Formats: sequence, C-alpha cells, structure tokens
Amino acid sequence: MSRIQTVFQRLQAEGRKALIPFVTAGFPSPELSLPLMQALVDGGADIIELGVPFSDPMADGPTIQRASERALAQGMSLRKVLEIVRAFRATDAATPVVLMGYANPIEAMGAERFVSAAAEAGVDGVLVVDYPPEECVGFAATAKAGGLDPIFLLAPTSSEQRYADVASAGSGYIYYVSLKGVTGSAKLDVEEVARRIPDIRAAVGMPVGVGFGIRDAESARAVGAVADAVVIGSRIIEEIENNPGEEVARVAAFMRDIRCALDDLATGKGVTQ
Amino acid sequence: MQMADTPYQFPDASGHFGPYGGVFVSETLMPALAELREAYAACQADPEFIAEFEYELKHYVGRPSPIYHAKRWSGLLGGAQIYLKREDLNHTGAHKVNNCIGQALVARRMGKPRVIAETGAGQHGVATATVAARYGMECVVYMGAEDVKRQAANVYRMKLLGATVVPVESGSKTLKDALNEAMRDWVTNVADTFYIIGTVAGPHPYPMMVRDFQSVIGKECIEQMPEMAGRQPDYVIACVGGGSNAMGIFHPYLDVPGVKLVGVEAAGDGLDSGRHSASLTAGRPGVLHGNRTYLLQDEDGQIIETHSVSAGLDYPGVGPEHAWLKDSARAAYVGITDNEALKAFHDLCRLEGIIPALESSHALAYAAKLAPTLPKDRVLLVNLSGRGDKDMHTVAERSGIEF
Repeated sequence: MSRIQTVFQRLQAEGRKALIPFVTAGFPSPELSLPLMQALVDGGADIIELGVPFSDPMADGPTIQRASERALAQGMSLRKVLEIVRAFRATDAATPVVLMGYANPIEAMGAERFVSAAAEAGVDGVLVVDYPPEECVGFAATAKAGGLDPIFLLAPTSSEQRYADVASAGSGYIYYVSLKGVTGSAKLDVEEVARRIPDIRAAVGMPVGVGFGIRDAESARAVGAVADAVVIGSRIIEEIENNPGEEVARVAAFMRDIRCALDDLATGKGVTQ
Repeated sequence: MQMADTPYQFPDASGHFGPYGGVFVSETLMPALAELREAYAACQADPEFIAEFEYELKHYVGRPSPIYHAKRWSGLLGGAQIYLKREDLNHTGAHKVNNCIGQALVARRMGKPRVIAETGAGQHGVATATVAARYGMECVVYMGAEDVKRQAANVYRMKLLGATVVPVESGSKTLKDALNEAMRDWVTNVADTFYIIGTVAGPHPYPMMVRDFQSVIGKECIEQMPEMAGRQPDYVIACVGGGSNAMGIFHPYLDVPGVKLVGVEAAGDGLDSGRHSASLTAGRPGVLHGNRTYLLQDEDGQIIETHSVSAGLDYPGVGPEHAWLKDSARAAYVGITDNEALKAFHDLCRLEGIIPALESSHALAYAAKLAPTLPKDRVLLVNLSGRGDKDMHTVAERSGIEF
C-alpha cells in the first residue's frame, strides 16, 4: 500500500481529516526547506505538498508567484527539489510528499527520468497543474508504474464527465479547487463545496481534498466537515514571508491551530498533539 | 492552380499539430475551452457569422489590403522581384485587427460582455481596445510593467479607446508575464469574460482560430498575385514572434506546390550571443502557455528572458503549428539580427517611401539577403505585417537621436 493510501486509511479509521499544507521548495531559502517541512509535520501535517518553482506559474496568485521567484533566484531547480525530498525522507519515513508544479521542468528532465528519480528520492505523488488528464495519458501511466500517484484537480466548473476522466487517470486523492481563480484568492464558497463533494467522492472513488481559499481555523473546519482533506497553501507562504527569522516556529504554530480545528470535528476525540 | 494531392489538415480533433499544440491548462479552464471550441465551430458553420466577419474586414479594416511591387528596392538588390502584402495599411496599422474582430464577434455570440488581452509592444492591445470600443465591450489589457514604460504612446492610445491597462509586475515584466496574468484573470472571471489571445499560441482552439481569422491575408494573396506578378510567388516570407501574421499568409499556401515558406525569427544580438528570441531556430520543445511547442528555456526547464529590438517578436515561445511546419519541413525558419532588421527598415523608408514595423523589417531583411542570390524573374512575397510609426522612438534611440 502506498504511503498516501496508508495515511487516508488510518485517518478514516480515526474519524479524522487529513491536513495537507503546501510550501514552495527553496522558499524563503533552500536551507530552510527541510526545517519547514519538519515543522509542518510537527504541527500536524498528514501529507506535504511541495511546490516546484517555475518561471511562469500561470495558475498561481501573487503570493506563490513571489515565493517561486525568490526560490528560483536562489538557484532552486527540480533536481534540487528532489534533493530536499531525499533529505526529508531520511528523517521521516511516514509522511507522504506530493510534488506540485508545472509540466515544463518535468519535460525538460524527461518524464521517465523524473519518475524514477522522484520515486527514488522518496516522493509519493505528483500534481502537474497544466497536465489535464487528456494531455498526460503517457505520463500518468509512467508515474503509476514508477510508484508515484498522479494527482489531478477538479474545479467548480468541471462536468461529471471530467470526474470520470480524472478518476481513471489519477490515483491517491483528488484535489478539488474550491473556487474559480488562482491560488490565494479569498472567496471560498463552503456551501458550493459541500454540495459538490459527495458527488465527486462517489464518482472518483478516492479521497477528496479541498484547497484554494482556506485561510484560517474557521474555514478549515468548515471545509473539513465535508471533505477528506484540507489543503492550505498561500496562507502558509504568507506566514513565512511575513515572519523572517521566525518562519519555522510560526509555521508550526499556525499548523497546530488548524490541526486543532480539524480534530474538533472528530467526535469525542478532542484535540490531539 | 495546381493543388497538393493530400490536403493539409491540422490540427487534429484534440488540437494537436503532430506532437505540438494541445490543451495544457489548469482544470479550471478546461470547460471554458470546451465551450469556446463549440462556439467557434458553430460560428465557422454559420454563413451569417462569415458574412459579418467579411463585412467588418472590408468596411472597418479596409480590406483587401493591396500587394505592392517594390521595384526600386528589387532593382537595387539586383535579383528576384520583391512584392509586399500591405497589412500595414489596415485600420490600427497591422494585421492584428483581423483576429481581434473575429474573436470579438465570437465573444459577442457567446454573450460575453468583457474581453481581456495580453500585449507586448501594445499593437494587439490597441487592436483589442479598438474592436471593444467598436462593439461596446468592457476591455482590460495586461501589459508587462517594463513594456508600459517603453510604450507610453500605445498605453495612452488604449486608454483613449476606453480600455483599462493593467501593468504586470511579476516575472520579467514583459509579454510572457502579461500572458500569465491574462490567463489568471480569465480563470477568475471565466463566466463573463472572453480572452482574445493575440497570436497563434495558447491552448486549443486558439492557434487554429487565430490562424483561421488571419488566413484572410494568404487567401487575398492567392487571388492578387496572378494579377500583380502573373503567377504565385516562389517564396513567401514573414516574421515570426508568436507567428500569427506568418500563419495567416502561410496557411492558404500550404497546399500550393512549389511555394517555399520562410519564417524569420528575431536573432537579436546574434544566435551565439544568447540575446535573441529565436525559439524555433535555437529552442527545444516544451510546454508553456497552454501548448507544447519550441521554447527558449534553460536546462532545468525554466523559461529564459528573450531579446529583440522589436517588442512584437520578443517572446520565448512560438505557435505550435510553426513547430509542426518546421519538423515536417514544409516551412523553413531563419534568424535575422537587430542590425540586419534595422538596415532593411531604413532601406524601405528611403527607397520605397514605406516605414515598416521593426517586426516586419526582419522579414524584409531576409528577402534582401535572398533576392540577390536568385534570377530576376523569381518572385518573393513578403508580409509587411505592420507600419513602423510605433517604432520611431526605438529607431531614433538606436541612431543616437533624442526627440
């Protein structure tokens, strides 16, 4: 069983929701990536989405764009992202790591080389924002064969036909983008999410994580009540950006708040950690 | 006229030109692109749509644009005869408006009251603002902050036409970043907004749709050349940034045997200098802005900053159909440096009384290289895609002149 499946099965048995933070690799500096990932786990992360910086992040809002630019300016590259994962894996054998980024750096490395290098470094899944299922049949198959879960997005605009498309191409979990727009937008429609998730979960037969627009304990709790996992990205990048010198402590503290809020949802369990 | 045995039919149903093109966008945009594909297919099949497009091209743009025999220049070069397709005489001064009218009419049929566009030098932004004013649509143009500074006159022009110009501060603050930002706007406002892409790039159906609207250029040439030169040309030459004026003149000629197609990229300070925009000549395939195509990128797959004296060619990618035409050898692609383009610019001013755009000057410069190597009865057709009024400042600066 993959690390991602193991996590979701354990959480389901405990009646808890997965907390999936996102950080951009190499931000605010390559040296801080490993301690930040460890802080995410200390703060209650179940899975880590690690952003691979790209020069033209079309689907990202200003916060993650800035983080990518700063990481690239310090020499971050896909190869170095894999080194960060390898270092993290040496300290943590359990927490799944999902790489999130754009197609071109992967194509530049070569799909097969990327998949084997990523799996060998300890990566568990890969979400390529500009690879919809119809454009990556070969890549998704290569990823699965190499032990990586190809993870796909669904959006409020997606039709039921597209639920089926991502269900057959993807594995691990589905990432439901809770609003139209780019990362970091602030207009979360919880009712819309609540209406959609049961249908999506039934159609895809995988856990469904929800992201985009989740900024605090309250919105995390609201989304956690209907989804299997809560993804938080831009808000964590802001925490890092706004607290130079205290990034690791602040990120861990922010995570603990969200973790508490999510675990409140688990009846009778109270707060863990 | 003799036609090829197997007609050229690209893209395929999923928007691919061989391995190039496609729909490489985030899931949020997939339904919007499906909706656009359906709407555009309905427009193509509707004689009323075609009639309205043709009416607008004739009465608003001033088509057909003439073909002009550059006799003095050809004579001095001492070889093949050079003919110019005068897209510079269109309303707004370039070929860009052909496509903007087509897409604005599609937008109107789809009931989208708001149009957005990206622009580099400002030509596509001005053309979009123009048609938005013409059809009473809200218009927002994204332009790199660096370009906003360099192209103040075009920024003012767009504002006069009622458009909102948004300076883009991210990345290299140029055309590619403006395109990223326009995509972000579209993904956020997809319900009421139509994205008018200015070139034959982006996700399917854009490369096909923009090519179709621009193909009026080549269709007119096929009609006009027998009258002007007594036959079809031996060479059709056009500059290539994203590649819309080139696809527009190439496409109708793809099925005409014996016509050589040459796309001219911006070699900037020279292909060896690293400061150029020649994606097809010096790049390698990758994925950017919704399609797979040749890109200027580093070893890690990051897109690199480009250079050209001509802002309209200053783009790290190229339309996917050009990538396919290159690989299938149906078209050839060459590079022309800043200095070569500037010389052709000055020659055309002095010898023919035509001030060409710096973009088009790259195609002219290649024609000037090629003509002397060919006999006098050979015919070169150059797409003079735009006029050079917008480039006064750049050319004066390069000549050390201050206004």
